[in-house]
Amino acid sequence: MKAYSLFSLARNAMSYHRNWQRAWRSPDPKKHYDVVIIGGGGHGLATAYYLATQCGISNVAVLEKGWLGGGNTGRNTTIVRSNYLLDASAGMYEHAVKLWEGLSQELNYNVMFSQRGLLHLAHSVHDMQEIGRRGNAIHLNGIDSEFLTPAQVKEMLPIINLDCHYPVMGGLLQRRGGTARHDAVAWGYARGADAAGVDIIQNCEVTGMRIENNQVVGVDTSRGFIGAGKVGSVAAGHSSVIAEMAGFKLPIECYPLQALVSEPVKPIIDCVVMSNGIHVYVSQSDKGELVVGAGSDAYNSYSQRGSYDFIEHTVGPLCELFPLFSRLRMLRQWAGIVDVTVDRSPILSKTSVKNLFFNCGWGTGGFKATPGSGHAFAHSIAAGEMNAIAAPFSIDRFNTGALIDEGAAAAVAH
Amino acid sequence: MSQSCRLDSGGRIDRSKVLQFTFDGKSYTGFKGDTLASALLANGVKLLGRSFKYHRPRGLIAAGSEEPNALMQLENGAYTEPNTRATCIELYDGLVANSQNRWPSLGFDVGAINSSVARFLPAGFYYKTFMWPASMWMTYEKFIRKAAGLGVSPTEPDPDVYHSRYATCDVLVIGGGPAGLAAATAAAGSDARVMLIDEQSEFGGSTLGAAAVPEVASWVAASTAALAANNNVTLLPRTTVTGYFDYNYLTAVEKVTDHLGPGNGGTAPRQRFWKIRASRVVIAAGSIERPLVFADNDRPGIMLANAVSTYINRFGVLPDQNIVVFTNNDSAYRTAVDAARSGATVTMVDTRAEVSAELTRVLQQHKVKQFTGHAISSVQGTKGVKAVRIMPLSADGKSLQGQAWEINCGIVANSGGWTPSVHMFSQSGGKLQYDNSIEGFVPDPAKAKRINPGFSVGACNGSFATGDCIAEGAQAGRQAVEACGFVASDVAMPELTDALNDTGMGGIAALWLVPTVHPVGEGPAKHFHDFQNDVTAADIHLAAREGYLSVEHLKRYTTTGMATDQGKTSNLNALAIMAEIRGAQIPEVGTTTFRPPFTPLTFGAIGGQESKDLFLQERHTPMHQCHVQNNAVFEDVGDWKRPWYFPHSGEDMHAAVQRETLSVRTDVGMLDASTLGKIDIQGADAAEFLEMIYTNNWKKLAIGNCRYGLMLNEHGMIFDDGVTTRLGEHHYHMTTTSGGAARVLNWLEEWLQTEWPEKQVYCTSVTEQWAVVALNGPKARDLLATLSDIDLSKEAFPFMSMREGQVAGIPARVYRISFTGELAYEINVPARFGRQLWETLQEAGKPFNLCHYGTEAMHVLRAEKGFIIVGQDTDGTVTPADMDMDWIVSKTKPDFLGKRSFLRSDTARDDRQQLVGLLTTDPTVVLMEGAHIVQEIKDAPPMTTIGRVTSSYMSPNLERSFALGMLKNGLARKGETVQLSLMNGDAVEALVTDPVFIDKEGVRVRG
Ligand SMILES: Cc1cc2nc3c(=O)[nH]c(=O)nc-3n(C[C@H](O)[C@H](O)[C@H](O)COP(=O)(O)OP(=O)(O)OC[C@H]3O[C@@H](n4cnc5c(N)ncnc54)[C@H](O)[C@@H]3O)c2cc1C
Repeated sequence: MKAYSLFSLARNAMSYHRNWQRAWRSPDPKKHYDVVIIGGGGHGLATAYYLATQCGISNVAVLEKGWLGGGNTGRNTTIVRSNYLLDASAGMYEHAVKLWEGLSQELNYNVMFSQRGLLHLAHSVHDMQEIGRRGNAIHLNGIDSEFLTPAQVKEMLPIINLDCHYPVMGGLLQRRGGTARHDAVAWGYARGADAAGVDIIQNCEVTGMRIENNQVVGVDTSRGFIGAGKVGSVAAGHSSVIAEMAGFKLPIECYPLQALVSEPVKPIIDCVVMSNGIHVYVSQSDKGELVVGAGSDAYNSYSQRGSYDFIEHTVGPLCELFPLFSRLRMLRQWAGIVDVTVDRSPILSKTSVKNLFFNCGWGTGGFKATPGSGHAFAHSIAAGEMNAIAAPFSIDRFNTGALIDEGAAAAVAH
Repeated sequence: MSQSCRLDSGGRIDRSKVLQFTFDGKSYTGFKGDTLASALLANGVKLLGRSFKYHRPRGLIAAGSEEPNALMQLENGAYTEPNTRATCIELYDGLVANSQNRWPSLGFDVGAINSSVARFLPAGFYYKTFMWPASMWMTYEKFIRKAAGLGVSPTEPDPDVYHSRYATCDVLVIGGGPAGLAAATAAAGSDARVMLIDEQSEFGGSTLGAAAVPEVASWVAASTAALAANNNVTLLPRTTVTGYFDYNYLTAVEKVTDHLGPGNGGTAPRQRFWKIRASRVVIAAGSIERPLVFADNDRPGIMLANAVSTYINRFGVLPDQNIVVFTNNDSAYRTAVDAARSGATVTMVDTRAEVSAELTRVLQQHKVKQFTGHAISSVQGTKGVKAVRIMPLSADGKSLQGQAWEINCGIVANSGGWTPSVHMFSQSGGKLQYDNSIEGFVPDPAKAKRINPGFSVGACNGSFATGDCIAEGAQAGRQAVEACGFVASDVAMPELTDALNDTGMGGIAALWLVPTVHPVGEGPAKHFHDFQNDVTAADIHLAAREGYLSVEHLKRYTTTGMATDQGKTSNLNALAIMAEIRGAQIPEVGTTTFRPPFTPLTFGAIGGQESKDLFLQERHTPMHQCHVQNNAVFEDVGDWKRPWYFPHSGEDMHAAVQRETLSVRTDVGMLDASTLGKIDIQGADAAEFLEMIYTNNWKKLAIGNCRYGLMLNEHGMIFDDGVTTRLGEHHYHMTTTSGGAARVLNWLEEWLQTEWPEKQVYCTSVTEQWAVVALNGPKARDLLATLSDIDLSKEAFPFMSMREGQVAGIPARVYRISFTGELAYEINVPARFGRQLWETLQEAGKPFNLCHYGTEAMHVLRAEKGFIIVGQDTDGTVTPADMDMDWIVSKTKPDFLGKRSFLRSDTARDDRQQLVGLLTTDPTVVLMEGAHIVQEIKDAPPMTTIGRVTSSYMSPNLERSFALGMLKNGLARKGETVQLSLMNGDAVEALVTDPVFIDKEGVRVRG
């Protein structure tokens, strides 16, 4: 892999950019791989990257039915934070944030991880109790968290309307939270994995699972059978479909989750703002667009389409919190299919089928976990056992009842 | 000279109405009927903006909503609006516009330095750099952010008002050109309700910008007038259909008063948002011309051919005396004729070697010089075109060779063909097919969505001749209205003329990338396809070279099609160039998804009317006015406004709450409990249903008696609680938490409708039917006795029962239940009597020292008794056993919701976090709710947590602080001391106690 740098940019400019390498090859699938990863989203690509670079397993393929990052990785609102309530979650997401902090350099690809701060607003006594609890929990887990008074909120966000329908009573700030460039994450991991020997195969849909003696031996795909020593399924919204191929069910339901952006304007809002109380969150991208989201749709669906209802119930709150956005305009809306478990926490797990591993259930908030999830999953696949960070997320918890229920604390996604 | 480019006559402008406006501080005039774009062009102003990345000088490209370049910061102050397309702003007197994204001025823009280093800034350059040193990214990013963005956001609240409106109709027609007018005409006439929507200020579509054909013009005028006169037809000009959702649900935004200028709309809204459900939809959205991609094709003065025609024909503006027309198809010949007729010197440069003799003859007739098989190789002039060089094009279209000519001109009118506007069809779920004859994607009728799909007609369907458009429109209008059960009307055809049959598209010969003498991207010039985002053909080549081959990767890597115009003029060119590079057919490359909205949509129009008081309906209890008079401070509980506390003069919150809390335990207090969720449950299976919903036994509850119950979710976790009373054999009155009322009703209905549909149980929300006053305190009985005929004696009316009777002359249900641990009565009266009851009690209570108390005192009082609040002391991960409430979980019932979960090993664990009382060693310290109990205090985090504070107050009754909390293995740890670590680093010590601090034996409540 030829490294990217200011110098390589200058050098290539001199030869009219004729000599740039492909970011990743486009090989035909081999007959057999040590590990096959299903799903070329951020989590799948990160898994392959860490398998090849840290676990000594480079005979790996990532099979993607469409284009890399075309699932939720390329559709999310890019919020990254680790201010989770429960210890298991804090362990996973903080692991991820620590990896985010050096990711551009590690991948030699600028993923634009921008720690511009993430502010949760509290609009009621109940919200104050919620952030009080969470702020303390995060702090004791050794993760940064600060309470803000309404005046401090105003100082950070001069354009906010503190006196909105449910007046702002306080805020919880994680300064190390922020956003990253979603596509770059997929592409950076793909390029890194490819350089380490991983075959990245797009337009290759997994259509069946070959299982012999309760052990997976490969997958059927739109490009033929591909043998595998181990299989990791990282298919987000379509995980249940893959599970069905392997003969079991997942405690997952899929919903559309929508988002929208405004036309770009000069910088007007510097941190990420989330309001569970009035149901909206917003940040401004480096391009200048306001990136806006809210809760997921109420009904199960696999349709990656926006609906009108969502816009109305997101834009209303947005204008209530920031009345001066009223004259700005919505540019685009879209949806992704999110895979939601009963406790709204992900599944990283062995399964009843030997050598078949699942990483899914990230639901509305898994972008932020991409490096941590890939890292933990790779090490777990390599070892054949879930590592300490992944272990609490085992599928067994739905039998034992050891749920990781962040749901109560996070009524709005992310 | 003012309006130097205005023709002496012609156009649909009113020359008697002169309008003043300013652009970048300079004053100009225009006429009513102008757009800001046409007025600027009339004044010879061609430099209108700077591009996003390279800050290249830019001018108008188009005359409609597809315009990518001419973005304005319209107006100042609170009315300012960024990124507004000059082509869509109708001119009004006093209009103020400024250019964007330039500093210090449009003419001299420092950012243009990017253009000179453009070579180092290819697509995606930022992914390859700004990484060293890592700590510098946030600094780099600050500059990147400043440089990005286009216009500036307002910094004051929006002074305008927006409305929204629901509508239904039988036939909705999108687009008011010939096809749309014909469709609406065919659909109207019977009783069918028809809506015709167009984004322009007038109906007529593309004919408005074309050279007048009298037959067509009069047909348009007559059709429009007839539709306007029909009461069943709603005509919405200045309205854009922005989204086409499932089941023919469409949204549209109407610019009601934008064209009058800020503050001039009177009482009318600025914009109105329409939400329309249509039985059938006819899509007649037209098509958009696309530019040719040639060297420096972004210079101000290089415009779409059809835009030049529109400025001439509709606005009477000839933008320059010397015009070069550059085309690969026949349609631009009209522009050559329009310009020549208006007196310009016109040169036609056609990339095709063969052109019909008829066209050549027409050009000769208008003295237009014609070059066939030629292409523009370079453009002179930076802030405006001065001349172009043309050269012969090789037969394969891949190179330029031979004799070059230089032609002086101020305008290049170019056409690369027409792209049907398939946005609406696509949004509705339809799939596209590629039509080689017009070189564009058109709707595939076989792949429309399944249910009542919209019909695409006219140019958006790839039919360009006016006659065909009218015929298709009439046919679709007929089909649509007949499908709704009405009789269609006949559509008169205008008299046939040649113009009607002229498709204008004869023999398009695609030339997706006009070559220069240099390989793509290696010469001095740039070939733009996406003007606003500054994306060039070289960027597509780079993306392909680096493996970003799928259209989505191409779009995301180069940002093509992602600007505010959403690629209306650029998408097909980009796809086609990528197809050429890949050696693939265009359909193999595919398209990106057409997402709503069609054009950017004002946030205020969507959600603006639901702001402030209308944002969410506040819920008030019947006694609300009494609380206001009593100086209550309110708390938001769900949507309810509840009195939080009632401060007397000079009291702060603490003092008021302490007084209220004390007074309930010594005398008597009254609380407005009307917000409590109330569900009336009836039916033969009601008792059995409650057995499943609650953890305890309900079958034996006697009529007239009350019982407390806990509801669990499927995981066995506490989900809601409340007291339910048996009113009759098959009739119960259930209460829920205030915030949980809707959730509980949904929960009951979900089980009834999906799992137990055979059960005869009917649930009705009666929360708002009853006003409830809770009288609590040792003097409650004595006070109530003065107003009620009910026998209140202990024996006749024991704790946990209900009696009906009169209170203050009002029919009432009185429940003897208590959330404070005091002697208490909850008096329920029909809602309309709530205020009367409250005021009567207030008067009658004076001799008893009756006080009002709010939710905060209620919280303290219940916590003193160890009563939990679901959602505060519980969080969805708490079982009854965790709350030490095993007594309420039946051991004998065969089943209830959540029961199975108790078999799970983790749920059955006995060292889970459990409810305890906490007494700080220092009685003056009130712990923060949410503070955590740690295993061991350390100098700094991380520390292992073993519990937390859920409720914490100062109690005047205990004369000290106290708290409730959850503690790992807490039930077994009473009497131990634990450590809490606070955010500020302090450690606090507390004693673990029983959670009941007052009247453990329950004497008072039974008193
Ligand atoms: C609108 C929206 C906003 C969001 N905002 C945030 C946010 O702000 N912060 C945050 O942290 N998270 C957010 N999320 C969630 C986040 O996007 C996801 O949790 C995360 O990106 C999931 O990554 P992934 O790699 O697991 O899945 P994906 O990116 O969805 O990748 C799964 C891949 O599997 C492929 N696949 C599926 N089936 C097959 C098959 N049979 N064969 C081959 N390939 C297959 C799919 O094509 C897809 O590319 C948001 C999600 C949405 C939809």
